[in-house]
Order: sequence, then structure tokens, then C-alpha cells
Amino acid sequence: MCNCQDTLIPQIGVVTDVCRETADVKTYRVEKPGGGKLFEHLPGQCALLSVPGMGEAIFSITSSPTNKNYLEFSIKRCGSITTYLDDELEVGQEIAVRGPYGNHFPVEDKLRGKDVLFIAGGIGLAPMRSVINYMLDKRDQFGSIDIVYGARSREDFVRYQELTEIWPKQPKTKVHLTIDKPQEGWTGNVGFVPAFLKALQFTPDKTVLLCGPPIMIKLCLAALIEMGFKKNQVYTTLELKMKCGIGKCGRCNIGKKYVCKDGPVFTCDELDEMPDEY
Amino acid sequence: MFKIAKAKWPELWQALAREGQLYLPALVDGKTDFAPWQKDTKVDLLTAVTAKSLKQLFFAQVEPLMHFQTSGKKVAVTPQELPAQPTIAFGVRACDLAGFTILDKVFLKEPVDTFYRARRENCTLIGLACGFPEETCFCQTFNIDAASPAGDIQTWLVWDNLYWESRTGKGQQLTAKLAALLTEATAEDAKLVQAQQTKIRETLSKLPLGRLRFSPELAKHEQEVFNSKVWEKLSATCLSCCGCTYVCPTCHCYDVRDYAGKDGAVERFRCWDSCMNGDFTKMAHGNPRKGQLERFRQRYMHKLVYFPEDYEGTFACVGCGRCLRICPVNLNIVKVAKELEVDLHV
Repeated sequence: MCNCQDTLIPQIGVVTDVCRETADVKTYRVEKPGGGKLFEHLPGQCALLSVPGMGEAIFSITSSPTNKNYLEFSIKRCGSITTYLDDELEVGQEIAVRGPYGNHFPVEDKLRGKDVLFIAGGIGLAPMRSVINYMLDKRDQFGSIDIVYGARSREDFVRYQELTEIWPKQPKTKVHLTIDKPQEGWTGNVGFVPAFLKALQFTPDKTVLLCGPPIMIKLCLAALIEMGFKKNQVYTTLELKMKCGIGKCGRCNIGKKYVCKDGPVFTCDELDEMPDEY
Repeated sequence: MFKIAKAKWPELWQALAREGQLYLPALVDGKTDFAPWQKDTKVDLLTAVTAKSLKQLFFAQVEPLMHFQTSGKKVAVTPQELPAQPTIAFGVRACDLAGFTILDKVFLKEPVDTFYRARRENCTLIGLACGFPEETCFCQTFNIDAASPAGDIQTWLVWDNLYWESRTGKGQQLTAKLAALLTEATAEDAKLVQAQQTKIRETLSKLPLGRLRFSPELAKHEQEVFNSKVWEKLSATCLSCCGCTYVCPTCHCYDVRDYAGKDGAVERFRCWDSCMNGDFTKMAHGNPRKGQLERFRQRYMHKLVYFPEDYEGTFACVGCGRCLRICPVNLNIVKVAKELEVDLHV
């Protein structure tokens, strides 16, 4: 038996399902090789996946903690590791996983009983999905749920079936979809998320969870402020380059905060206090 | 306190080497640096500042972490055994010893870095007072006493005698094993050591950086320091060679990399990295620290602002002065701190 229990040592998981979501996003289901979940997590936490020989990268866990059997990761083809995953990762393949890392959305206290507004753009739905399904599974602990989700086109929505057929049928739950440009057969909203938000005329008594590309976050935040929301009502989740996941390797800091351990979830007023370097 | 005369030092090194792998400052290729002791090692106890700090003893330049064996769809991981060999470091200066307490804050904080902890616990540290500080020394800025180095044992070199005093249980255990070589110091000897301590403190205070202080106000003005106009001027000449990082006793950024060998074998190791490297924070979709200014600012803000914010005002600098000596374009932490203090009026 090896004497080393270092936190940098991953577990081995096996891919039990691969779902093609969009042209460049797939959702991978990972379990222990003998079945069962690798570890417990809370919504918003992350894990480091590794392809031995290529290295590790950090991803948010997209499945809800209420799911007791597996972890899911929705991953967009973007860099070297994600391209490899997209091209090569198939059912039955073993993969190294360690986690969970970071803080989480405060589903156990501050979000209890609140009306919640989710705002996601593109692959930004991945970390939100963990929270949404958690809340839907514990429906009576939360108020109304509105999900505003924007994508480049109809084909770029991740989990389209869940968005259109499952979530809208839950009690006090509404899904508002928008695409960037008009498309044949699309009857929903067309336009960017910030403008869509204003058109939907949400009242500023909701707690907001916001995730998407940095430019979308900045513009949505401006729109929310205009609508009367306060920055401490708005939670977002960040992503930076990470190697260790435990606040030691020195990569993911913004000022004195390490995104891997002090984040990835921050309120927008917390972000205001940090240097503008993300 | 004990003493041991110069004629007996070779026996001392031999006796220490029997208790563990012995590292001491030695002349290698024309410069003094810590080296594993062998019979023909040219030990140098006079040079105060070795080329590199001793941080690699605990935070190895390359640390194998685990081995993967892949075969078809199967992946097996075997963690690297923790290092277990006892080590002894002799001749460690007060600044480098203080550097370890800074690295401890990072690596021994939960979750503990078990490789660092194993190497740290396996080592007995023997400090040596700085009889001849360099012109670039400024450890006294951080209230580090070069005349009384921390460690398990502290020693002083006065003329041809080495004076020896244990400071910890670990130090006492090692000292007990050397009883045959050490003789009890006299009251006269104690006076000699005291005189040397006074002289060292006096010498340090008269050095060019003898009165240097870093303002604790810097850590209280994170945003102002971040947005200061001095970064542009200061970073303009930096070559991002990372020399300062590698010789620094407190820099601890690391990379984790995989080496793919033959037949599905993969070694994952940790190695030193530097926040001054261009791709340090580069991601597939962009880089939050795009230019030299951002990277230069990060390194100095970490030492002067972020680290003190996190650790009750402790600067991540011990005044060893290595960055003053190694930088090819004359940049260093003293220059940066002073420019910032002037700009912020603190």
C-alpha cells in the first residue's frame, strides 16, 4: 500500500454515457468503474479531469448533487484537452478525476425560499444545470424559477429536450430562450441576452445566478443594475487556468482570491472589490 | 553550547552524512551553492548568499507525483511513494530558514502538500550565522536575525571554531549523536559568539539596504497598487527570463505536467513554474494576463500585497537579495516597493 494520499492523486472513473449536445458540446457521464458516484459535491463545484499523457483541466460538474449514481460534465470543444475528449472519449473509456473543488452556490442557506433568476449563455448553462436540477428536486425549498438562456442558434442549446420538455413543466418554473440571429422555424425570441432580460421585465426582488462568456456577464450585469437589481443579489461563477485546484500552484488568483478554492462562485459585489484581471 | 575546531570539520561532515543525506554550501563550477556532501566536496562556509536558496530540498524542482498505465480503455494510477530519506542541511542562513516558514504557510495549509511535508519532516536544519553579509542583504527589513538563525541547530563560525547550539528536540537528538566530536564551550567562547552577533547586526544595519523598510500600507491599498502607473515603467525592461523566480526562497508557483513514455506509461510530475511566463495563465479561450505588465505586476503584488493580505502582514520576501544579484536588467523587489510607496504616498 502506497503511503501517499496526496490530494493531487486522482481517482479512476469510467465513461458510461456520451451525449452529443451541439456541434461542439458533449455531455459525458462518469461513474466508478464498479458503478456509483466518484464523490459527493454541491452545485457549482468543479472537478479536474485528466487524460494521462495530455494533462488535466478543470470543469464544472453539470449533474445535480441529488443524482446519486453518477457525475456529468458538459464540455465544449475549445483547447487541446477538450478537443481530445470530443474526438476520442467514448463509453467504456476510463479517465482520471479528482474533486470536488471550490465553493458552491448557497443552495443550503442564502438561496432558500428565494425567487431565482438563472441567466446563461452558451456553455454557461453547464454549471447552472447542476443548481437548476437540484432546486427542481427540492422544489418546495425555493420560490419561482426563471431560466433565461441564450445561444448562437437553435442547434447550440445544450440539453434542448430538458429545456423545452422537462423544465417548463415543473411547478412555478419558466424557461425563456433566445438565439442570436433569426432562423427558419424558430418562433422564440431573437436577440442577445441583455436586451432579452430587459424585455422580460423581471422585478428586482429575485436572486440572480449568471454564467456565460465574460462579455455577456458584464453586459447582463449592466442591464440588471438598470432594472434595479443590486450587485450582491447576483451570483456568478468564474473559470481561470488551474493546475492544482487547491490554491497553491499560483495560477488562478484574482488579487488575493484563488478561483479554485475561494471561488468559482462569487457575488458581483465581491468581484467589484477584486482587481480587474479575469 | 558546544564547539568544534576546524581540523575536525571533515569528521563532522562525515558523522552528519551517516545520519542522513547531507547538503551544505560548496564551491561548484566557480560559484557557491548547496550540494550533496562527498569526501572531496569543497565546503564554503564564508559566502553568505548561495546561488540558489535551498527551497528545492522541500519543494523539489521536479517532483514525480504519480504513474499512469493506460492500456486500451483502461487507466491505472499508482501514486509516487513519499520521500522517506532523512536529510540534513548544514550552513543554512537565516533568510533561507525564514523562507521555509513562508513556504510552510502555503504547502502545510489544508489540504496539505504531502510531498513537501514529508521532505520537511525528514530534514534536520542547521543554521549558520552570517559573519560576512553581502552588500545586497536586507533580511533585517523583515526582522530576521542573521546573527541567530532559526532551524533545529544554530551555529556560528568564529575564527577557526564552529560554535553549536541546539534549538529543537530534533536538533538535540542529532547533537547527542555527535558527542564524541563536540566539546563544551566555555564562558569565554560564549563571549566570542556574543561579540560576533553584535558585529553581524551592526554590519547589516550599515549596509546600503540596512535601514530599508517596506510599507505595510501597500497591502491595505490593493486596488490603488494594482492601478498604479509605475507598473508600465517598471515592467518595460523585464525580459521575463524568470531568473528572479527560480532563485527566490519564497516563490512557489508550480506546473503539473505529463510525460508520455512507451507502451501507455505516463509519468505525471510537478515542476517549478513562474508567473512571469507568458503562457502561465493562458487558456484555450484567452489569457487574463496578456502582457509583461500584467505578469510583472502579479509577481510583485503577490509578494507585497496579496500575501500580506492573506497572512497577517507577512511579506513574501526574506531579504536574501538574490533577485538584486541575478536580474540582467537591474529590476528587483526593493526598486518596485520603493516606486510604489512614492506613487501612493505611503
